[in-house]
Amino acid sequence: MKKKINQRLQIISYVVLTLGAITMVLPFLWMISTSLKSLGEVFVFPPTFFGEEIVWGNYPKVADRFPFGLFFLNSLKISFIVVFVQLFTSALAGFAFARLKFPFRDTLFALYLATLMIPYHITLVPIFVIMRYFGWIDTHYSLIIPSLVSAFGTFLMRQFFLTIPKELEDAARIDGCTPFGIFWRIFLPLSKPALATLGVFIFMGTWNDFIRPLIFINSISKMTIPLGLSAMQGMYSTDWPVLMAGSMISILPVLVVFIFAQEYFVRGITLSGLKG
Amino acid sequence: MYSDYFWAALFLLPNLLGFLVFILGPVIASFGLSFTSWDLLTPIKWAGLENYKTLISDQVFWKVFWNTIYFTVGTVPVGIILSLFLAIALNQKIKGIKIFRAVYFLPVISSTVAVAIVWQWLYNPEFGLLNYLLNLVGIDGPNWLAGITWAMPAVIIASVWRGIGFNMLLFLAGLQGIPETYYEAAKIDGANWWVLFKNITIPLLSPTTFFVVVISIINSFQVFDQIYVMTGGGPARSTSVLVHYLYQNAFQYFKMGYASAIGYVLFFLVFTVTLIQLKRAKNWVFY
Repeated sequence: MKKKINQRLQIISYVVLTLGAITMVLPFLWMISTSLKSLGEVFVFPPTFFGEEIVWGNYPKVADRFPFGLFFLNSLKISFIVVFVQLFTSALAGFAFARLKFPFRDTLFALYLATLMIPYHITLVPIFVIMRYFGWIDTHYSLIIPSLVSAFGTFLMRQFFLTIPKELEDAARIDGCTPFGIFWRIFLPLSKPALATLGVFIFMGTWNDFIRPLIFINSISKMTIPLGLSAMQGMYSTDWPVLMAGSMISILPVLVVFIFAQEYFVRGITLSGLKG
Repeated sequence: MYSDYFWAALFLLPNLLGFLVFILGPVIASFGLSFTSWDLLTPIKWAGLENYKTLISDQVFWKVFWNTIYFTVGTVPVGIILSLFLAIALNQKIKGIKIFRAVYFLPVISSTVAVAIVWQWLYNPEFGLLNYLLNLVGIDGPNWLAGITWAMPAVIIASVWRGIGFNMLLFLAGLQGIPETYYEAAKIDGANWWVLFKNITIPLLSPTTFFVVVISIINSFQVFDQIYVMTGGGPARSTSVLVHYLYQNAFQYFKMGYASAIGYVLFFLVFTVTLIQLKRAKNWVFY
């Protein structure tokens, strides 16, 4: 009897999950399908899943019309710099907040926490003014420099460092290790999972960021992938095959990172979720 | 041997500098700017409460304010209920849990711009997949994004679709933290599925639910990307929201002071709603 109920629940679960999964995947399949059709075949009724023939040409067309290769490199460059520097600044400060004693430490940390609740868009106007002052509008500095530090990253690293046993630190201190040595040789190697999680988060956020490039970047040659995609949509709003090919290109890198780092995504989300 | 203070300063300095210049500083500066009138070109002028007074009589502001509420009410409850049920289904010792998890997470990792463009195409009134599917079941689909009535629901559907995987993952983590023994004990007492759900799952999951509710509301208040790409706030401002109006005032009309005031209204909204949530949490969240 009990087994039967469990089995029935499992069957219902499978049905629900499969229906949901179809809904999740369908737009992506439609994206792929459209990206492989000729323009004429997109505008037929009823719509077909595969056209008469598979048209690969839409992908090179994306690069013909807009320097998508360059957008790709721009996004890659900005994301990598932001990921590595932000990881470093977050780990350093996280270590100070978790392990060192200094005046007003907890007040300062509370201030960091408080800014997590403030809508980030409030800061856009003042940051724009600062960028203009330094002459960084329409350069990649405007996308890199303000993102090198984040309150969230600092918070996450501090929480992680708090879980490392104090004994490890004391032993190293007795052996004459400096705080930097403790940080570099003990804490950093132990926090690879936390760093990977945070890194994946920062990468995702930077790669997909839209509003900042929209505000700071004007030249086509400086655009990132999401901004370039939006610019392309503004110009070729009905050329769906090429737009879908561009969208595919924008999703692929994050997808690759996701496939290799799925566990870190999951862990990162539960970490940020349950301790927030 | 240097003191702890020296090391603390060294560790903290790069981060603190960035924090002060690009986070805390701008938050404070923006508050100051909201009491000024400034177009970036002419000198900045003190305006007192002028911006806030203008906001109160600005019909567009109220329009985008209520649109923001509309968007939030449209996305948050539906998104939470759907993701909760999916998480419960996924928690039934299912095979292929990783594949399902990955599939539901696909929209979350995709850029909002790409997702918005795909949905725009799905919503195409003549050649879009959605109206074709509706047609199959005998429904004459609307001109989704081009009409005042359906534009916001269309944006809401796409946003719910995008956010489900994130909430589902949070719920799943919460569900996996509930000890199996509670369910077993209740089953011995003869409790059925509904009783288990109502008396064990819901109360023990409440801290997660609380977190998901707060985060979802904060995020919906700040929606921008998909609206900018899918509708540009139109037609007739029917999908324009607070951040979109802030963006337009600051970077299209160059009213920096006014934009900052809109930003602080948004902040006040987020702050108040979060505070109410925290106060009310005592009644339904069990730690």
